[in-house]
Amino acid sequence: MSVMSSVLLLAQEQAPAAPVRAEAPPVTAIWPILIVLGAACLSVLFEALLPKDLRWSFQVALTLLTIAAAGVKLITYVSDAPAAGETAMFGTLAVDRPALFLWGTLLALSLGAVLLIADRSVEPGGSFVATAAIRPGTVQDRAQVASTGMQTEVFPLTLFALGGMMTFCAANDLLTMFVALEVLSLPLYLMCGLARRRRLLSQEAAVKYFLLGAFASAFFLYGVALLYGYAGSVRLADIAEAAAGSDRSDTLLFAGMGLLVVGLLFKAAVGPFHTWTPDVYQGAPTPVTAFMAACTKVAAFGGILRVLQVALESTQWEWRGVLWGVAIVSMVIGAVLGLTQTDVKRMIAYSSVAHAGFLLIGSIAVTDKGLSSTLFYLLTYGFTTIATFGVISLVRDSSGEATHLSQWAGLAKRSPLLAGVFTFLLLALAGIPLTSGFVGKFVVFEAALSDGMGPLVVVALVASAVAAFFYLRVIVLMYFSEPAADGPTVTVPGAFTTAAITLGVIITLLLGIAPAFALDWASSGVFAIR
Amino acid sequence: MTGTINLAAEVQQASGVANLAWLLLVLPAFGAAVLLIAGRRADKWGHLLGSATVIGAFAYAVLLFFDTTSLAADDRTREAHLFDWISIHSLNVEFGLRLDPLSLTFVLLITGVGSLIHIYSIGYMSDDRDRRRFFAYLNLFVSAMLLLVLGNGFVTLYFGWEGVGLASYLLIGWYQGKDFAATAAKKAFLMNRVGDVGLALAIFLMFKNMGSTQYSVVFDKIGEQSTGVIVAIGILLLLGACGKSGQFPLQAWLPDAMAGPTPVSALIHAATMVTAGVYLIARSNPLYSLPQAEDARLVVMIVGAVTLLIGCVIGCAYDDFKKVLAYSTVSQIGYMILAVGLGPAGYAFGILHLLTHGFFKAGLFLGAGSVMHGMNDEGDIRRLGGLAKKMPITFITWTLGYLALIGFPFLSGYFSKDAIIAAAFSEGGSRGWIFGGIALLGAGLTAFYMTRLLILVFLGKPRWENLKSEDGRAYHPHESGWTMTLPMIVLAVGSVGAGAILSGVLPEWLAPTLGELVEEHGPLSHTVIAILTVAISAIGAGIAFALFGRREQPVTRPQRVSFPVRAARADLYGNHLNEALFARPGVWLTRFLVFVDNRGVDGLVNGIAAGLGGSSGRLRRLQTGFVRSYALSMLGGSILVIAALLMVRFA
Repeated sequence: MSVMSSVLLLAQEQAPAAPVRAEAPPVTAIWPILIVLGAACLSVLFEALLPKDLRWSFQVALTLLTIAAAGVKLITYVSDAPAAGETAMFGTLAVDRPALFLWGTLLALSLGAVLLIADRSVEPGGSFVATAAIRPGTVQDRAQVASTGMQTEVFPLTLFALGGMMTFCAANDLLTMFVALEVLSLPLYLMCGLARRRRLLSQEAAVKYFLLGAFASAFFLYGVALLYGYAGSVRLADIAEAAAGSDRSDTLLFAGMGLLVVGLLFKAAVGPFHTWTPDVYQGAPTPVTAFMAACTKVAAFGGILRVLQVALESTQWEWRGVLWGVAIVSMVIGAVLGLTQTDVKRMIAYSSVAHAGFLLIGSIAVTDKGLSSTLFYLLTYGFTTIATFGVISLVRDSSGEATHLSQWAGLAKRSPLLAGVFTFLLLALAGIPLTSGFVGKFVVFEAALSDGMGPLVVVALVASAVAAFFYLRVIVLMYFSEPAADGPTVTVPGAFTTAAITLGVIITLLLGIAPAFALDWASSGVFAIR
Repeated sequence: MTGTINLAAEVQQASGVANLAWLLLVLPAFGAAVLLIAGRRADKWGHLLGSATVIGAFAYAVLLFFDTTSLAADDRTREAHLFDWISIHSLNVEFGLRLDPLSLTFVLLITGVGSLIHIYSIGYMSDDRDRRRFFAYLNLFVSAMLLLVLGNGFVTLYFGWEGVGLASYLLIGWYQGKDFAATAAKKAFLMNRVGDVGLALAIFLMFKNMGSTQYSVVFDKIGEQSTGVIVAIGILLLLGACGKSGQFPLQAWLPDAMAGPTPVSALIHAATMVTAGVYLIARSNPLYSLPQAEDARLVVMIVGAVTLLIGCVIGCAYDDFKKVLAYSTVSQIGYMILAVGLGPAGYAFGILHLLTHGFFKAGLFLGAGSVMHGMNDEGDIRRLGGLAKKMPITFITWTLGYLALIGFPFLSGYFSKDAIIAAAFSEGGSRGWIFGGIALLGAGLTAFYMTRLLILVFLGKPRWENLKSEDGRAYHPHESGWTMTLPMIVLAVGSVGAGAILSGVLPEWLAPTLGELVEEHGPLSHTVIAILTVAISAIGAGIAFALFGRREQPVTRPQRVSFPVRAARADLYGNHLNEALFARPGVWLTRFLVFVDNRGVDGLVNGIAAGLGGSSGRLRRLQTGFVRSYALSMLGGSILVIAALLMVRFA
């Protein structure tokens, strides 16, 4: 882990190889990143030095404190941040309004995810494997749970991933972006393979994610190389300048752009680059899935927005049509394939592919409205998703989570509260009014319409109608089917999971009823081009 | 004519006693609410409260009447604003009351006859364990009917219109255990819906073209509208009137509505609610008086004439006491509609006939109720007979009502019906002869069927002596108690005197609302018409006496009869016509739509669902679980994206 952070620092020092912009690094702007990455290093030390029985409490406290401290720093900075944004770390990071909004979103979402990760009451010893050789439920397993409580490597991994995500969406040049991409990805690959139950599935998911992620990184890097060849710089602003007016070969520009965008779309799980999503969402430990689904989506779309709006804005008439197609493919794949899924987690994975399509619609509307609506959509979708996976982790049988849909039949009779909460979250995912999902879809579609993308919005509406079917199917299943005789039980969640679900549900409701303040915040500024 | 239109601008603000006009609505509504909410606890005093609220409303109405008569004729149209009811964009519906001679006339009729019938019902319904609920519905009806006539806009009128429809539905179906009552209630409700659609469309047209539904605005602006709009609104309003007033072609529900208790038939289906159509057309007189509305008025007259004839003819053939009276009502309302269709020459006569009819027809129904009350609810006139001696008060009061109805000289009907016949003749030309002739013929037929009724029920041999009623009891006819005879006596007095008094004062009293009565002179003088009418009525009565008075009548209906009688017995095939023209095509349409829905819409929906599910299942196979195929799909996607980008750029 520490190797990685040093790589990051190295990269950041080397980045301004081109003309050095002589400015004092304004550290205040990037305190949140520094805190998160510093705490990640400290967390590694905790893991190495603390006795086993103290680690869980120290790690949880450290992680929560880190997020809180980063949040406080962020809020104090936002109040007197320059409206046009500023750059930091020798111009490698652009701290502008969208970046601050994304940081805030990431910190808030990771708070929810960390609460889910830290929970030990739903599954004794947490959701994470200690030693791969010990089978869950055996004597050794219980002994280990008793002695250590929980394996805690997941906390530093989470913090590193979070730091990478925050860097990713503030990266001002493509090289920083690539490094941040790796910093956020590598811990996630590991975390996917940590599941305590169904280990083979989990490890398979991790390997798949890693292989495909590496594949996508290669695309990304090749794209960076081509764009460097085109513009002679990796800085987004320089690329924008070169694309706006130069007589250099456009083949380089568009091939590089294509490869770069593919790498980004992979991370955001946009179809047809989504193939990893269902397998990984299903195999990964549910708290990690929640973290991945919510935070990775935010970071990836933060990066897409920045690349499209800063570096590629002047060529939007060329790439827009292509991304139209990608958005349609993504929505159709998500909506149609979601119909026949029999596993709740896979279903939510396809739902996330469809949502990625909706988000892409907002992203390709290169207007202020498109930017703010996409940011808002990310916020709403993240919280709903975290709470959804929180609920999914509660429905269990003797072999762990009962994720097969048939096991959810008649759940409302066993646990009306859980069924009610899950119904609300599904309605939010479907975009029914009075939930944040409706407002999110509404603002995104409105932005797309005002930017002349009517047909795309029609396709999106049809897709969301189709997708609503499989959300409603679960609701019907929970309320109107007879419960199975040997059905799963609903675990009474501990304080952490309860807090995470409550947080997600309240914000889903709040943003559905009174979205004005978040919308104001999301539209408070645009990307800084420097 | 222009005077009536300008009247809208001269609406005065209500003050003094008139400020309490809301009491008229609230009193009966309060009674209905208390009786319905209190439930069985109110059984002991419910009927008293129910009657008291209506009598209170009547007392206030009398006060208000004298308050209004103390004003100058031009100041008698007043409005009391209660609150803004609906206020959305340009639609602004005010909830207010219009107090003018026309509405006050109706208020007096409704509360006056209503009070009498409430008192009558105390006795009539004394054996019914749900008497309290009955009074609650009656109160509800009175309140809704008052809203109908008092509202100062068409939407308020519509509110009351639907309210009386509801009360009527509830009361027709009062004997819930009986199939025919439930069917009759449903029939009344459905046929009224047809009319209501017309009224609703007329209101929409008003809002679209004039931007308001208040009387003051609509009547102010109606003159500026195109002829098409005026005629359309006029005919749609007429459709509404036809539904509520049982006019051709929507008359079939009214006789069936006699399935309700007799006081209901008297109050709702004879005296008040069914005259709402006449009120609607009289209220809309600024519209119908316009020269552009000539065609609409002609349609009104045709409907009135056709209905009055249909009612008379069918009335001759029925053997059910109340149904004969019901068809008589249909035909008399036909007279009223004909009168208001005549325009300024007939509005006042229509209202005059409405009032006198309210008296004598209510009295006739109450008499019928009294007979049935004493005869184990027997309504078949062939099983009655010779009851005059057993029920002297009922006989005398009923006979007075009968004489008034057939237009016996110097009783109520003589003044009101003759005036309508005369006005129809004075229309002039072939129209005058046709409508006048029909009205005259109707008078003769009326005398015929009413005499037949009188003879079969009260005179002749007591055919019931050797019979038993359906439930196996013997008949013991007896006079009814004072709560029932008192209203009959009052109404009989009204039947005798109302016409003489009202015909003198009513046209002048109504002039602020309906405009001055236009006296026109047709080819025949009024005296000639009066003599003709009386003569033809006498002939009708004489024929009836010759046919039914001199021979013994069979207890069962003769089956071998001529075609006209068969046709009349079958409601002149009105039901068959409705069945063939509307019901059957409706059923076919429904079946067709069900078929389209099942095969077409459902097929499409299910097909799409199956298609999506199928493609989902097929696409799902692409998710093989092998990283190599995932990577391949990514690679394919990337190549497509890059190729597309380059193509867009270089194509």
